[in-house]
Amino acid sequence: MEFKGIKQTAKALANKDISVQELHDMYLQRQKKHAGDLNCFINDTSALAKNQIQVAQKRINDNQSSLLTGIPLVHKDLFCTQDIHTTCGSRMLENFVAPYDATIVKNLNNAGTVTMAKANMDEFAMGSSNENSYFGAVKNPWNHSRVPGGSSGGSAVAVAAGLVPIATGSDTGGSIRQPAALCGVTGIKPTYGRASRYGMVAFASSLDQAGVFARSAQDCAYVLSDMCEFDNKDSTSAQVEKEDFSVSLGQSIKGLKVGVIPEWMDSLPESIKLTTEKSIQKLVDLGAELIEINLPTAHLAVSAYYVIAPAECSSNLSRFDGIRYGHKCENPLDLNDLYVRSRTEGFGEEVKRRIMVGTWALSAGFYDAYYRKAQKIRRLISEDFANAFDKVDIIAGPVAPEVAFEFNAKKDPVSMYKEDIYTIPSSLAGLPCLSMPIGLVDDLPVGLQLIGNKLQEAKILNVAHQYQQDTTFHKLVAEGYHE
Amino acid sequence: MSDIQWETVIGLEIHTQLKTKSKLFAGTDTTYGASPNSQVSLLEAAVPGTLPVFNEKVLRYAIRFGLAVGAKVIAKESRFDRKNYFYPDSPKGYQITQLNHPIVEHGLLAIQGDDGKQKKIRINRAHIEEDAGKSVHDKYAEFSGIDLNRCGTPLIEIVSEPDLSSAKEAVAYMKEIHTIVTHLGICDGNMQEGSFRCDANVSIRPKGQQKLGTRTELKNINSFRFVEKAINLEVKRQIKVIESGQKVVQETRLYDADKHETRSMRSKEEANDYRYFPDPDLLPVHIDQAYIDNEKQFIPEFPAAKIQRYVEDLGIKTDDANTIANGKELSLFFDDTVALLKQAKAISVANMLLGEYSALLKAKDTGFESQPIKASQLSGLLDELALGNISHKISKVVLEKLWNSDLTATTIIKQEGLAQVSDSSELEAIVKDLISKNQSQFQEYKEGNMKMFNFFVGQVMKGTKGRANPAQVKSILEKL
Repeated sequence: MEFKGIKQTAKALANKDISVQELHDMYLQRQKKHAGDLNCFINDTSALAKNQIQVAQKRINDNQSSLLTGIPLVHKDLFCTQDIHTTCGSRMLENFVAPYDATIVKNLNNAGTVTMAKANMDEFAMGSSNENSYFGAVKNPWNHSRVPGGSSGGSAVAVAAGLVPIATGSDTGGSIRQPAALCGVTGIKPTYGRASRYGMVAFASSLDQAGVFARSAQDCAYVLSDMCEFDNKDSTSAQVEKEDFSVSLGQSIKGLKVGVIPEWMDSLPESIKLTTEKSIQKLVDLGAELIEINLPTAHLAVSAYYVIAPAECSSNLSRFDGIRYGHKCENPLDLNDLYVRSRTEGFGEEVKRRIMVGTWALSAGFYDAYYRKAQKIRRLISEDFANAFDKVDIIAGPVAPEVAFEFNAKKDPVSMYKEDIYTIPSSLAGLPCLSMPIGLVDDLPVGLQLIGNKLQEAKILNVAHQYQQDTTFHKLVAEGYHE
Repeated sequence: MSDIQWETVIGLEIHTQLKTKSKLFAGTDTTYGASPNSQVSLLEAAVPGTLPVFNEKVLRYAIRFGLAVGAKVIAKESRFDRKNYFYPDSPKGYQITQLNHPIVEHGLLAIQGDDGKQKKIRINRAHIEEDAGKSVHDKYAEFSGIDLNRCGTPLIEIVSEPDLSSAKEAVAYMKEIHTIVTHLGICDGNMQEGSFRCDANVSIRPKGQQKLGTRTELKNINSFRFVEKAINLEVKRQIKVIESGQKVVQETRLYDADKHETRSMRSKEEANDYRYFPDPDLLPVHIDQAYIDNEKQFIPEFPAAKIQRYVEDLGIKTDDANTIANGKELSLFFDDTVALLKQAKAISVANMLLGEYSALLKAKDTGFESQPIKASQLSGLLDELALGNISHKISKVVLEKLWNSDLTATTIIKQEGLAQVSDSSELEAIVKDLISKNQSQFQEYKEGNMKMFNFFVGQVMKGTKGRANPAQVKSILEKL
């Protein structure tokens, strides 16, 4: 299948070269062929899609359409979708039907997208390999014995395998960027507060951010523009004007100051380092200027993150108590038994581990040593970035320390946590960041991370777009998925 | 042992439900008494993905309380924390409260101490938090019920320093807080409905000792009477424990009004570790001085100040001043009426309100808040009376006619011909006519029978339906 961007598809729809139904059916064929094997979808949304197809076609016929009208997508299964199951990849919410739409789902519905499925994910967005889903691991289309990354693995895989042109995801410590890198697609996490968190099931509230997967930075820009808007239902929503991130696509990056962190580059395996350097050299070829920077506190980011995120998660996941919705154990003896068994049965190992770590970190006597210290590190990292952005326009660097790894390769949780070593710092600082494909190592995709200053999504998207105008790595498709 | 003199130390935590239309973090209705779980939004049911949005009215109300108790600190940056614990009537698994950045700190409140002198009680803090839902344990045999209507209702918890030395002082303090929050209009003060309730921290120590004794916390007491009883019971219990050689255990105790006892709910060891931390769903609230200053206009004159003004400036009896000042609607009406008087004195308003007006309200089974008469109508009536345009007796008639009417007293008097007859020639004619009809009685009067004098005055009043000016009748009779 030839890769077509949203703009091209929208044009074909507007010209009636193809109907919304035909577009949908084309993707449905591919899904029928591949989705089961890849295990990237959880919930069926065909009833909703049927309706959305009609609405979208009518808008197109009436010349009331926008760029995304009629475009198929999947939502990560932690975005609430009205009257449709929202499982968060957990047994706890296996039967939970959301009574409302998340704001970003509503925004994209209003744009006219067609929801084809809910995407598999690590349980409650906790994981970097998608092995933590109650509904089974998701396979990487580039190599079925490899993980797709996580936690938004299902979304990344759906786009990488060409089962949908776009997908939503969420990123708390790297959950969009790392699977995007491992699956060879473009994925962006906007500035914290840019996308509303209303209706996104919370993992770590101060870090969670919705974002997008697509085949190109340009498509990411289109989707992100329709997705993000100030939302008074989310108190942490950024009070800024709605922005069209595609407007500045096409600007030259001549003279752009790109920050590079030598420690990060030096810590990479040789093959990934070379590929990364090559992509950065490409930016130089396009006129960018490289400036070495350092983030003195960034090496503490993973440690701080694994205090803050579990602490927030331990509280956010308290509501899953087996009483009003969600998994309830059989024949509870009393209230305590109901709590203990429902949660023991309903949550998977990693979720329980983080709840316990977080509970401990917040306990009397430990708070100052862990939570408060972690918050201090977080502030220092934000300052590191602020200082860096005094000197540079964007920062470029690795996304993950390795390419997609084998299933069950990381049994020790800490080795898995280190997967996010390059993505967590910008998460802690709440900065916009993306991952784009820059080639293959051992026949597996490698990504480059671009980090922007606060609210500068348009800038990093344009840099990625300029790169993609001059390269074809983002068009690479895994073997077996051309048809 | 028993010759040791014990001293009681009490601190109160008063939970004041704020009278906002909607809940603390959602637009859900807060009206009391709706059918169970009919006032529950997705937020209060803790549906995944929902987020809290702060109700600004709560902030304004909390600031008003701070201003009313002269708080030294009204936070310029107010933050919310999560208090984590599992209980079915708290579906999120945590309560949003303010641990480290309360909105109000260091207030002061004067009460009458046990020695009869004024005593200043320090208020440590008042913070904003959400109320929990209600668990219903006695309605179903197999399970407990949960009503989430109350869940998320805004509260301010007002925490005193341990400055109270007796159950009586505790009640006086609680009553004073009650007066303040109801006069501010931020709380309906309804204790039966749980809008105003308190926890009491009670300890004892040998008189003169500085160090505080081990305290127990009495939970959820919802009447002034019960506060007094519960504290007295607990003090007695603690004395008994210590005097029998044991130690008071730090614990939470429940007051059982039926059994007239306090009993242990949970010990310190069983107490939850609430794992407080800043709520990441809510950003700090920044408050500037202008915002706080703007709330000053909503701080009314409180009863204590009113009483002083009524007695000293208006010459009203202390008892009456007390009664008027302590009735919120009554004092407002009184002040409004007094302000409109042209001729009459304030005392006449007090007498009318506490006399005939109250009697009428009672007879009609209604209260001051029903406002059957406007302040301007009442002041008009009292002015007519003061000017001598009507008699005191007629004033009652006019008062009744003003009830739910839009007319002024002057109009009613005119329309109904109720004006006092003060025209001496008209009165003289009436008196002369009466004398001619009652010659023998007149003769007796002339011979000095004062009973007959009263007979004639009475007859004139009867003949004029009370409109005659009695003083004038007298002087006419005396001249004849």
